[in-house]
Amino acid sequence: MIIAQRKPLEEIKEMVASYEKVLVLGCGTCVAVCFAGGEKEAKLLASELRMARQMEGKSTQIIEHTIQRQCEWEFIDPIKELVASVDAVVSTACGIGVQGMAERFEDKPIFPGVNTTFLGMPVQPGEFVERCQACGDCILDLTGGICPVARCAKSLMNGPCGGSQNGKCEVNPETPCAWQLIYDRLSKLGQLERLLDVMPAKNWSTSRDGGLRKIIREDLKL
Amino acid sequence: MSGDNGKELVVGSKLERLLKAGHFVVTGELGPPQSADRSVIEKKASYLRDVVDAVNITDNQTAVVRMCSMAVAKMLIDLGIEPIMQMTCRDRNRIAIQSDLLGAYALGVRNLLCLTGDHQSFGNHPQAKNVHDLDSITLIQMVRQMRDAKKFQCGEEIKGQEPRFFIGGAANPFADPFEFRPYRLGKKVKAGVEFIQTQLIFNVPKFREFMKRCGDLGLLDKVYILAGVGPIKSLAAARYMATSVPGMDVPQEYIDRMANAVKSIPQEDKKARREAWEREGIKICAEIIQQVREIPGVAGVHIMSIEWESAVPEIVQQAGLLPRPKLDA
Amino acid sequence: MSETAFEPEITAFVCQYCGDMAADSAGWNRISYPANVKIVRLPCTGKVDVHHILNAFEHGADGVYVVACPEGNCHHINGNLSAKRRVKYAQSLLDEVGVGGNRLEMFHVTAAQGDEFARIAAEMTERIRALGPSPVRRAMGK
Repeated sequence: MIIAQRKPLEEIKEMVASYEKVLVLGCGTCVAVCFAGGEKEAKLLASELRMARQMEGKSTQIIEHTIQRQCEWEFIDPIKELVASVDAVVSTACGIGVQGMAERFEDKPIFPGVNTTFLGMPVQPGEFVERCQACGDCILDLTGGICPVARCAKSLMNGPCGGSQNGKCEVNPETPCAWQLIYDRLSKLGQLERLLDVMPAKNWSTSRDGGLRKIIREDLKL
Repeated sequence: MSGDNGKELVVGSKLERLLKAGHFVVTGELGPPQSADRSVIEKKASYLRDVVDAVNITDNQTAVVRMCSMAVAKMLIDLGIEPIMQMTCRDRNRIAIQSDLLGAYALGVRNLLCLTGDHQSFGNHPQAKNVHDLDSITLIQMVRQMRDAKKFQCGEEIKGQEPRFFIGGAANPFADPFEFRPYRLGKKVKAGVEFIQTQLIFNVPKFREFMKRCGDLGLLDKVYILAGVGPIKSLAAARYMATSVPGMDVPQEYIDRMANAVKSIPQEDKKARREAWEREGIKICAEIIQQVREIPGVAGVHIMSIEWESAVPEIVQQAGLLPRPKLDA
Repeated sequence: MSETAFEPEITAFVCQYCGDMAADSAGWNRISYPANVKIVRLPCTGKVDVHHILNAFEHGADGVYVVACPEGNCHHINGNLSAKRRVKYAQSLLDEVGVGGNRLEMFHVTAAQGDEFARIAAEMTERIRALGPSPVRRAMGK
């Protein structure tokens, strides 16, 4: 899922400083599951903003609401009137949701309440780790189900580099070396010979480097 | 593409000719300055001239901004020293690298060391965006393809003069997983590397084991291995390398020797202590050179004495590697 | 409102097994504690959400504290440990807002510790009295 992290209050306060009535809009999907921008977090942020603005003698008209997803029109459209009733919106959805809102409500300032951080998973309660970089050309079949693009600091295709020590990455001693993980996993699978072939230079055109990516499915069109 | 090194010259650099003629080669290393000051290069070059056969020019080593390796390589050529230009994948994509290779060849550079590059978080611009379009192995592949197939990485033909480099790579025998290191070297050979300079060696028995395994894989007939060595400057440096540098293995024996070197010198006499450490560090380095020289498959040494280039003449002298062989022009 | 006459408004979230029983114990033993403390009884302090804590401050509380069972002795196994972590997080939010994380505290008592319950109430009342009214309450003009 998409993992996000709440922005510092100071930054959000600054964004909405000149607006009287503000809606804090939570998103009930990815950012709710990673506790960054769901219903509860939207409530907390709204409460923080109200207190902070109260202390500054500013308007405390900060309301909160949460919709299931801010990345689909079907969920955004029903709150048209609510959005019309405020001067600005702080969206605690990921960057996709913020843009969905901005596209739907052209004349309304929409501000991000979270930093969209990575695609990952909670490996244990309270610990979220990156797993995928959406490079558009999955090679997990070759690397034992462990992604070197996302998990190696240098996105090496032919690791591990000389900085792999005791299973850890030299860039951060708390981070496992992705290529050590790949080596260990392929070893368990009895497929170490996979590592003997030189993996060719990666085609990055399917990644963000190729420009805006888009998928068309005629069968799904109306 | 074959990784075999025939005795036939493919590039004709001094380094290639010496290795193929069977000489025990000595290479050095020059760290460009963090400024546009040409005189620094001239000074450092003066220590290395005549005591090493070729000199590596680092490419923004440890991700700290320095004078570009291509410019420094050209300065060395003008000074009559053969450069080994280092090229990392951290700061350039395949377009920039190939463009630099065309330019470097045109300027007379003939040896290239292909590296992945230190991560930018270690350097002075940790907020930089890194590139890593290629890695060291795919870089080697590309350089070899440009030379032998006269093709750019995309497959397009190079019309006109192709860049021809004697292709080098690095190996760290002490990184993990140890068992995989010889195989990874094998991948570099497969990709087309012709010579290897290793990480600094202090643990000679472990390096010997690494070399044996490389020999078992049949790699030693296909690639020239230059053992990486370097002088320890002080006790603090020894301890730092032992504990804080990833991929470095410094046995306790050398730390003890550095400690003992200043045993009889009072703490206050900083100058005498420094000189004693430097003497011991150079001595250890020369000894290690003599030890690795005995290991089958070691074709030379690569002396890394960055920011202490002045130690190199003494090291080479003590290791009994002077005078350096001369080649007919 | 002069500082000397300031009487803090304090909300205490207590669990029904330890915190609330301890308040009862204080009553049976005729141990008095400051009347500034308003008690909110919960089935377990594991029910204390960060939002509840912020809500109290938003509505004018000068201080908030949570009284849970001793660690390792929660009637719901580890609800008290959840509360402890949430209190810590709420403290960071209060610091961020400018209310001050030191207006919030976590305590553990057993059901029999009426004296300890009273001591905690007195300690928090004194702490908040020394800090003065919460900046939110001050801004509200209450």
